[in-house]
Amino acid sequence: MGVIYILWLRELKRYSRSRAQLIASLGQPVLYLVSLGFGMGPVFQRAGNGNYLQFLAPGVIGMTVLFSSVFSGMGLLWDRQFGFLKETLVAPVPRILIMAGRTLGGATVAVIQGLLITVVCVIAGFRPVNLAMVPLGLLFMVMIAVVFAAMGTTIGSALKDMQGFQMVMNFLVLPIFFMSGALFPLTSVGPVLKAITSMDPLAYGIDGMRSALLGMAAGQVRFGPALDGAVLAGVALLFLGLGAYSFSKIEV
Amino acid sequence: MIRVENLGKSFGEFTAVNDVSFEVGKGEIFAFLGPNGAGKTTTIKMLTTLLKPSSGRIWLDGLDPEMDPLKARRSFGIVFQDPSLDGDMTAKENLELHAVLYHVPKRQARERIESLLKLFELWDRRDVQVKKFSGGMKRRLEIARGFLHTPKILFLDEPTLGLDPQSRNQLWAQVKQLNESEQVTVFLTTHYMDEADRVAHRVAVIDHGKIVAHGTPAAIKKSTGTETLEEAFLALTGSAIRDESADPAAAMRQFAQMWRR
Repeated sequence: MGVIYILWLRELKRYSRSRAQLIASLGQPVLYLVSLGFGMGPVFQRAGNGNYLQFLAPGVIGMTVLFSSVFSGMGLLWDRQFGFLKETLVAPVPRILIMAGRTLGGATVAVIQGLLITVVCVIAGFRPVNLAMVPLGLLFMVMIAVVFAAMGTTIGSALKDMQGFQMVMNFLVLPIFFMSGALFPLTSVGPVLKAITSMDPLAYGIDGMRSALLGMAAGQVRFGPALDGAVLAGVALLFLGLGAYSFSKIEV
Repeated sequence: MIRVENLGKSFGEFTAVNDVSFEVGKGEIFAFLGPNGAGKTTTIKMLTTLLKPSSGRIWLDGLDPEMDPLKARRSFGIVFQDPSLDGDMTAKENLELHAVLYHVPKRQARERIESLLKLFELWDRRDVQVKKFSGGMKRRLEIARGFLHTPKILFLDEPTLGLDPQSRNQLWAQVKQLNESEQVTVFLTTHYMDEADRVAHRVAVIDHGKIVAHGTPAAIKKSTGTETLEEAFLALTGSAIRDESADPAAAMRQFAQMWRR
C-alpha cells in the first residue's frame, strides 16, 4: 500500500508544482467552450436542439479528463527519458504496484483537472439540471480518468521514444475525442458514424455524464447510464490488465 | 557475495556478453573495466535483474536474481550510468520515495536520510528540487540513495563520468568510507584507470564480451609488464577506437535536451 501511495503522491506533487502546465492544459478546453459554446450556440438552438452550452459542457469536461489522463499515463515516456523509470523498475516491489500507483495518480490528476474545468463551465453559465445527480456525473468522470490513464500507461510502456507520441496523439487521442460525441449529439448521426462512435469508450463516458447532469429527458442521451457504466467498467478492467501486462514487460 | 558462472547475453546475432565468470567477495571493491561496448553495462543490467541472461547463472548474496528477483533486488543498490532522479522532487523526497520502495522502516529511514545527506554534503540543500542541482550534486545524491537501504552490494556504473577531479576524489573517499564502515561490497565500472587502480581491491578487464584479465591491479600490471593500469588496459584491449551505436534512450535524451534549453 505504501508503494502505491507514494507513487500516487508523486504524480500529485508533480502536478501541483508545474503551474504553467496546469494553466496551459486548461486553455484548450476553455477555448472550445467559449468559441463553440457561444459561437455555435445560436445555430444549435435554431435547429431545435436546445441550449448548446448545456450540451457541450459535459463534452468539454470529458475532453479535459481524456487528455489529462492519457498524458499523465504517457508521462512514463518522460520518466524513461530522464531515467527515473529505472529507479522504480529495480526496486524490490512487484511492478503491478508501481503501475497501479502511477495510473491512480494520473487518474486523480485528470479528475482534478476535470473539476477545475467544471467550475469554468459553471461560470460560463452551465447548470446541472438535478443537483442530486451530480455525484453520478462525478463517478463517470472518475471512470473516464481510470480508463484513459490505464490506456496511457499501456501505450507508454510499449513506446520507446517521443517520436511515437505524435502518432498516438493524431491517430488515437484526437479520434477518440472527435468520435465521442463531445461536440455533437450522437442520437441523430448516420449509420457509419453511429457504428464508429459506439466503439469509442469516451462516448459512453460523456453519455453517462450527460445523463447525470442534463437529465434523461433532454433527448441527447444515447446509451443511458446503466450501459455507460457497464461498458466503462469493462474497458477500465481491460486497459488496467493490458497496462499491467505491458508494464511488466518493460526492459531498459 | 557476487558469483557469476558462464554468463552470456546475445541480442539476435550480436553477442554482447560471452561466457563470463567471476566472483566478488564480501566487503570487496571490484572494478569491471573495458572499452565502450565491451559488455560492462549489459553485465550490470543482468546482475541487477533489468535484463534476462541468455545463458549462465548469477548469485547475489546466495540468491538467484532470476528465480527470486524481489529478494535479490533488496540486497543491492545501484547507481546507473545515466541519471535516474526525479528532477521535480526535492533531494529529500527522492530519498523518501526510495525508502518506501525498499521497505525501510520510517524512523530508520529518517535517521539514515539525514546521516547520508550530511555525509554527502547535501543536507543544506535537502528541500531544493533536484533539477536545480549541479551534475556532481546529482551524482552524490544518487550514491547516497544507493546506500539508503543498507544494501549488501552497491553497483556503480561509471559514477564519475563528467565530474571534475575534486568531485571525483571526494566521491571515492565517501564510497570507500562507507565500504569500510558498513562492509558493503562495491562493484564499479569506470573509464578512469587511475581511479580503478586507487580504489579497487580487484579488477577484471572485459573486451568483446569476454574477460581478458582479472586480479589485483598490481598483478595485472605485472603480468602485462606495464607501469600503470592504463597502459596495462591498452596492452590488453588494443588501441583501436570502439564505436557504440546510440540506443533509442540516448537519442531521446538528446532530443529532450535540445528542447529544454
